[in-house]
Amino acid sequence: MIVVIGLVLVTVGTVVFHFLSPWWWTEIASNWGFIDTVIQITFVVTGIVFVAVLLFTAYCVHRYRYRKDRRSEYKPEDPKLEWWLTGLTSVGVVIMLAPGLIAWNDFVTVPEDAAVFEVVGQQWNWKFRFPGKDGVLGTSDARNINDDNPFGLNVDDPNGQDDILVDDSELHLPIGQPVQALLRSIDVLHDFYVPQFRAKMDMVPGMITYFWLTPIRTGTFDILCFELCGIGHHEMRGTVVVEAPEDFEAWLGEQTTFAQSMARAGNGADGVLSLVSRAASAETTATQ
Amino acid sequence: MTSITPAQAELVPPAEVEDVELYDPKSWVTKYVFSQDAKVIAIQYSFTAIGVGLVALVLSSLMRLQLGFPDFFTIIDPEDYYQFITMHGMIMVIYLLTALFLGGFGNYLIPLMVGARDMVFPYVNMLSYWIYLLAVLVLLASWFVPGGPTGAGWTLYPPQAILAGTPGAEGGIVMMLVSLALFIIGFTMGGLNYVTTVLQARTRGMTLMRMPLTVWGIFTATVLALLAFPALFVGAVMMTLDSLLGTSFFMPSIVEFGEQLEYGGGSPILFQHLFWFFGHPEVYIVALPAFGIVSDLISVHARRHIFGYRMMVWAIVGIGALSFVVWAHHMYVSGMNPWFGFFFATTTLIIAVPTALKVYNWTLTLWKGNIRLTVPMLFALAFIVTFVNGGITGLFLGNVVIDVPLSDTMFVVAHFHMVMGVAPLMVVFGGIYHWFPLITGKMFNVTLGKIHFWITFLGAYMIFLPLHYLGFLGVPRRYFEMGETSFIPDSAQTLNAFVTVVTVIVGVAQLIFLYNMARSALKGKASERNPWQATTLEWQTEDFPPGHGNFGNKLPVVYRWAYAYGVPGHDADFVPQNEPPIGTPAESGGESVPGGAAQPAE
Repeated sequence: MIVVIGLVLVTVGTVVFHFLSPWWWTEIASNWGFIDTVIQITFVVTGIVFVAVLLFTAYCVHRYRYRKDRRSEYKPEDPKLEWWLTGLTSVGVVIMLAPGLIAWNDFVTVPEDAAVFEVVGQQWNWKFRFPGKDGVLGTSDARNINDDNPFGLNVDDPNGQDDILVDDSELHLPIGQPVQALLRSIDVLHDFYVPQFRAKMDMVPGMITYFWLTPIRTGTFDILCFELCGIGHHEMRGTVVVEAPEDFEAWLGEQTTFAQSMARAGNGADGVLSLVSRAASAETTATQ
Repeated sequence: MTSITPAQAELVPPAEVEDVELYDPKSWVTKYVFSQDAKVIAIQYSFTAIGVGLVALVLSSLMRLQLGFPDFFTIIDPEDYYQFITMHGMIMVIYLLTALFLGGFGNYLIPLMVGARDMVFPYVNMLSYWIYLLAVLVLLASWFVPGGPTGAGWTLYPPQAILAGTPGAEGGIVMMLVSLALFIIGFTMGGLNYVTTVLQARTRGMTLMRMPLTVWGIFTATVLALLAFPALFVGAVMMTLDSLLGTSFFMPSIVEFGEQLEYGGGSPILFQHLFWFFGHPEVYIVALPAFGIVSDLISVHARRHIFGYRMMVWAIVGIGALSFVVWAHHMYVSGMNPWFGFFFATTTLIIAVPTALKVYNWTLTLWKGNIRLTVPMLFALAFIVTFVNGGITGLFLGNVVIDVPLSDTMFVVAHFHMVMGVAPLMVVFGGIYHWFPLITGKMFNVTLGKIHFWITFLGAYMIFLPLHYLGFLGVPRRYFEMGETSFIPDSAQTLNAFVTVVTVIVGVAQLIFLYNMARSALKGKASERNPWQATTLEWQTEDFPPGHGNFGNKLPVVYRWAYAYGVPGHDADFVPQNEPPIGTPAESGGESVPGGAAQPAE
């Protein structure tokens, strides 16, 4: 009897915990609400199976508990029942998979009007880059990276000259604008994730990965690294500020372009001086 | 298609099986140390696996102490923490579960259950164990190299696994890779044995479709392992070369901490494909033996034949085949071409169908049975609960778009612990309790067994159920400490502390199990010959426990499937596989079959 009670308690307890749990997803701040919907559909389908299978198990344990005078039924197969169960399970799988694949199709199809920005990951901080007026990001290569050119942009690429560099872990994005995040790492694997956005992708050195989203809610959210990247992994944080387009433009205007940063670096005699000059320029920007 | 009715099942097919030539040990050392007897090798495998598993258990408690009380255990620093999680994961998956199910249960049960005197290549089988032991020692030795063991996570993803920002990049990672390579070499020796023994050394009458599901599960898992491990082997060799010789198989151009490294042109994603081409079948290398063993536990202790035996066999084979075309579901957000997602999500969810059928058939085996709530049966029921729970969360993660928010969160940790940690371990415990009387000739203490069961089952469930919900919240895995965030409430830390306390309790409770096993083996009361009244051959041996050569002078002859429980027309509620049909004289191996019985049962 204790076993039956145990099984029922575990089953019911799981369901109760599900509904009463104070730990649930953070309020969404992007267009990926459909992912949450697919999760809910999956909860319903799998929840029914979970409860049905476990309560049936508990029932069997209760009803067919050992008695000396009882013999078990001898009926090795029941093809009809087995085909029914196969069919029903397949239907359940389709109910979960179909909306999932539809949502995935949206996820991998970047809208044509999406603005691009770049996230650069390195142990253990974030940097960001926006295209300038031409709307195109200049090309980059890890081999170009040095103290003056921490983003590794190709100095000769005209598209890169007006690129706006944000050498800081605070990112700003405009609300309502579809954006494609181009993801680049210069050392090991990282993963750019903002829990409120629901969308993430690994950043792989040697290649550029991407995902897209539309921020739908203003606020300041945490950026976390979601792919183990060494002993500083848990400290690789940043913030993203979703704000009105005009505030975003104002913020963007305060940042340095690649051409500006190279010009300043050129003034410095060596790397140390260039660092000092860049720090000074950051100060002047802040006081403006 | 033949149905398995008693009348048809009690025929002996004419296939003749040659007796295996046995190696007879002449000294204590060749009998118990460098033994070629599969039963002794099984015990050696099991002790080593459980021993190293205890190390992993302690590591899990240490990492939980850090997560539950981050400000209290300041002695644990990030480097330690990442080393703990890495070693815990690798030990549990490879050195405990794979070794225990295949090397332990496989070695003990395959020859006995198919009616063979031993594995077909006993010498290679012995080597298999000693190389496995060497692999374990190399793994543990990585604690003593400069920099300690690798902290790259059990997935060992390059580039970080071999770069300076990760603990163990100096020597630990190479020790790990060498240990894995050794393990694979040792396993291959054992694995070829298991497969060949099942295919070639079954006794007369033991057709494939009369084999117990335990053998089917271990056999199929071994085939998977023989096909999957080479991918890991290749990956390990290539990464060793990247690390020691500066090749760039997995290494693109990298700037680490401002320094341009010499690497260039390699692909980190290539390693992930190799790793998961092994890694996903690995899940089933652990799960399929558990499926098989639990089928037999349920059937024996519910006194009922397994329901839908043929469906169960085809499900095992089907799951095994499908497991090779789902690997990239571990890589949905790896940066591989996202269009792969459609294919791998579909194959992954298809695998749910045969898996669900197995669950249904286990419960339908209980239905109209005559259920004895023995300790093995309790663990079998716990397996059903934890496997169903862990299986359905797999449907979340397998459905590519849901994996996007949930990947690398605690949801993943909770999922795979429930489905390939807790559930298979329930079967390991159930199996050990079930076959303990056979191995030792003694009966274990039932009360202690039940106490161990309740603490372990309920405790493990309480540990991993709530962790799923932290995953929804967005709590990442592999974080030394969460620190300040704007989205995680304080209650999450309370939950973490609770989980840690339960973990320590469950960990300590395993001492009850160890005590029970040790004490019962030494001083327990003698067991009856076939205490569970099982039909399978391992319980029908001449000596009890079975001696060298397993079956005395004559090999058993098999007349029926392994699930003759509650057969109409028999007085006893079970009929052993080797009991001659009523009115037929007993036959012995090697003699010709009477004309009337010479039709195949299949």
